[in-house]
Amino acid sequence: MLSRVADSLYWMGRYLERAENIARFLDVNWHLTLDMAMMQQSHWSALVSVSGDKEFYERLYDDDTKDNVIRFLTIDSAYPNSIWSCLNMARENARAVRDMIPLEMWELINVFFHRIDKEAKNPVEVFDNPYTFCDEVKKANLTLSGLASDAMDHDEAWHFFNLGRTLERADKTSRILDVKYFVLLPAIQDVGAVVDMVQWAALLKATSSFQAYRHNVGKISPVGVAGFMLMSHSFPRSVLYSLTEAQRLMHGITGTRIGYFSNDAEKLLGQLCAELSFHSIEDVMEKGLHQFTDRLQVKMNEIDKAVFRTFFAVMEPVDSDNEQQ
Amino acid sequence: MKFGHYDTEGFYDEMFTAEGQPRPGYLPLMERIESLPEGEIRARQAAAEQLFYDMGITFTVYGHSEGTEKIFPFDIIPRIIERRDWEHLERGLKQRIYALNLFIDDIYHDQKIVKDGVVPAELIESADGYFHQCIGIDPPRGVWCHITGTDLVRDEKGEFYVLEDNLRSPSGVSYVLANRRILKRTLPLVFEKTNIRPVDDYPAMLLDMLHEVAPPAADRVTAALLTPGMFNSAYYEHSYLASQTGVELLEGRDMVVQDGYVMMRTTKGLQRVDVIYRRVGEDFLDPLAFRPDSLLGVPGLMEVYKAGRVTLANAPGTGVADDKVIYAYVPRIIKYYLDEDPLLNNVPTWLCSEKKDQDYVLANLDSLVVKAANESGGYGMLVGPASTRKQREEFAALIKSRPRNYIAQPTLNLSRAPVIVDDHFEGRHIDLRPYILYGKDIKIVPGGLTRVALVKNSLVVNSSQGGGSKDTWVLG
Repeated sequence: MLSRVADSLYWMGRYLERAENIARFLDVNWHLTLDMAMMQQSHWSALVSVSGDKEFYERLYDDDTKDNVIRFLTIDSAYPNSIWSCLNMARENARAVRDMIPLEMWELINVFFHRIDKEAKNPVEVFDNPYTFCDEVKKANLTLSGLASDAMDHDEAWHFFNLGRTLERADKTSRILDVKYFVLLPAIQDVGAVVDMVQWAALLKATSSFQAYRHNVGKISPVGVAGFMLMSHSFPRSVLYSLTEAQRLMHGITGTRIGYFSNDAEKLLGQLCAELSFHSIEDVMEKGLHQFTDRLQVKMNEIDKAVFRTFFAVMEPVDSDNEQQ
Repeated sequence: MKFGHYDTEGFYDEMFTAEGQPRPGYLPLMERIESLPEGEIRARQAAAEQLFYDMGITFTVYGHSEGTEKIFPFDIIPRIIERRDWEHLERGLKQRIYALNLFIDDIYHDQKIVKDGVVPAELIESADGYFHQCIGIDPPRGVWCHITGTDLVRDEKGEFYVLEDNLRSPSGVSYVLANRRILKRTLPLVFEKTNIRPVDDYPAMLLDMLHEVAPPAADRVTAALLTPGMFNSAYYEHSYLASQTGVELLEGRDMVVQDGYVMMRTTKGLQRVDVIYRRVGEDFLDPLAFRPDSLLGVPGLMEVYKAGRVTLANAPGTGVADDKVIYAYVPRIIKYYLDEDPLLNNVPTWLCSEKKDQDYVLANLDSLVVKAANESGGYGMLVGPASTRKQREEFAALIKSRPRNYIAQPTLNLSRAPVIVDDHFEGRHIDLRPYILYGKDIKIVPGGLTRVALVKNSLVVNSSQGGGSKDTWVLG
């Protein structure tokens, strides 16, 4: 498959997943603020911190009011990682590979973007009730995911699309976990209290994993939730599950057996999977959850760069005499 | 909505006779439309437009801070062609394409037609579409014009005329397919009652053709469509055709010439390309052979092509035969190569390069249509009866300064078809562009694209000039 096309499919996957996850942590935060009316301010600034784009936010906005934060994350076209921007980029990438994806998939992305674009022009409703907006984003993505799974040939194009999605998902789940780090509790004695547990449960809800957690783990506890979101072997949004899936997809592309590597991307991804697999959540909590997720994100960034070098850089203009065969 | 007050205003109308009777093929359509509750037909028109938008069949209008997406206007009242009319067109088009293809092949080889004094040598050499780089090339099966989109019109008697032979890289076929797909959802019951020939096999025909013209030595053929990229206004069509045929959609930067072959850059290294359906003008194909500033092509492509290791469709150089001056010679070209009388009419054409013709044209600018020999898309054109004195003076000066570049034709009273205008129907002028494929033999998808001049009284159907389209039904 063409390197340029593979690149677009990968980014189409990443941007769609990114849009969905922004909707997810916006949604959970909004629910939290309704439960704790007094706490609103810190909740909204937490979202900006988690996005990793705090500096960007501060250049665009003076203060972190609810409306500003929602605008920033949802419809701000000046912010490259807003839902609007992600969908716009997903659509542009989809347009570039329109011939490679099922017609229905392109249509859905197109209609989806137009709808969000329309709402962006009259954002009062988004500010007043982000739930509807976020729900729409999540549902459209789930439909897309169903189309990709059931209407698309599981060929190389599909592998690249899903590689982008799973790597993005692993990153975003780790960031949703981080929301808890940035959200302050009203008082120190609230650690372990109801409000604390409500917050931990909210993380599960953000990743649609609350019911799965209840079935598999049961009682809400920091170790339980962090362990589930980082290392569950069965929940498809956990970091380890997503990375393992990414590894399977990457090896599907290259044909290298898992456990071995033939390029940098496979090597780095394999190392990270192994590291997560052979840590217990108690080890992680002891080192500090936030420190751990922070390092995870750095490593995932390195994997993304290696993916580019390994699979897409062929597209860079090269002297035809030195072209790799 | 009823057709009760519809007025053909003395033009040949596709749907109604001069006496106001619907033509037979249109009866089920008319009955269905008139049976719909008031307002329904407009609601369906709006729904069809929304479908185009949702399907992303749009082009971007630049000039604003953010690009605005527009759909190519579409009118849901189909244009219907009777079976015997179509059979006549089909025969005439095949004849014309066989002859034009032989002409192109001759021009780039022995130029017998010039030596025999049928077409003057200076007209060939001065044609913009003539490329000396193509001399002596033998494309597989001797086919040069693999894809043609001939523009046809009807006059006030309903007689068909060829207006232009688009032999370079005609666009619009994706709208034939999209219009049909959308109209099936808009007027399903009429489809059930009318025997309409399908158009859906066009992608299959296109793919077969591309494989048939592959270099004979290629074992497993890889075909590709070369697009200028996603910012091109026809990108939708390029991606749609690629998706429906399964050929690779390539940009120039995706390819490289190595070891005498055209290769594409893939995630698994370089892979050979055998047939390229090019939607890039030949002067942009290869900066080493044509325009050195082109970034859309592949350096070295022409050498591979000349060596017969890749096929280009259409072949570079076909434009020599759709020059509007050469057009005037097509009846003689048909006679010369096939020894047959043309089945389709040519519009009488005055060549400004000839003194007598030029005098006539200059004296009759207010009644003629003047066209630049190498323009398309409705540009560089003067419609005499609709022109101002100033425009006529401008054209007179242009004709005198570059006579070779201009031709003139009588203003045809193009046939009309009803379109929805607010709460009633009005007649608008239309044309027809069938798509003709030439591989092992010539195949034509039934019908083609009916373009309609949506501006009242306008004779220019091009989308750049306010034109839209209609679904076109050929009755079986």
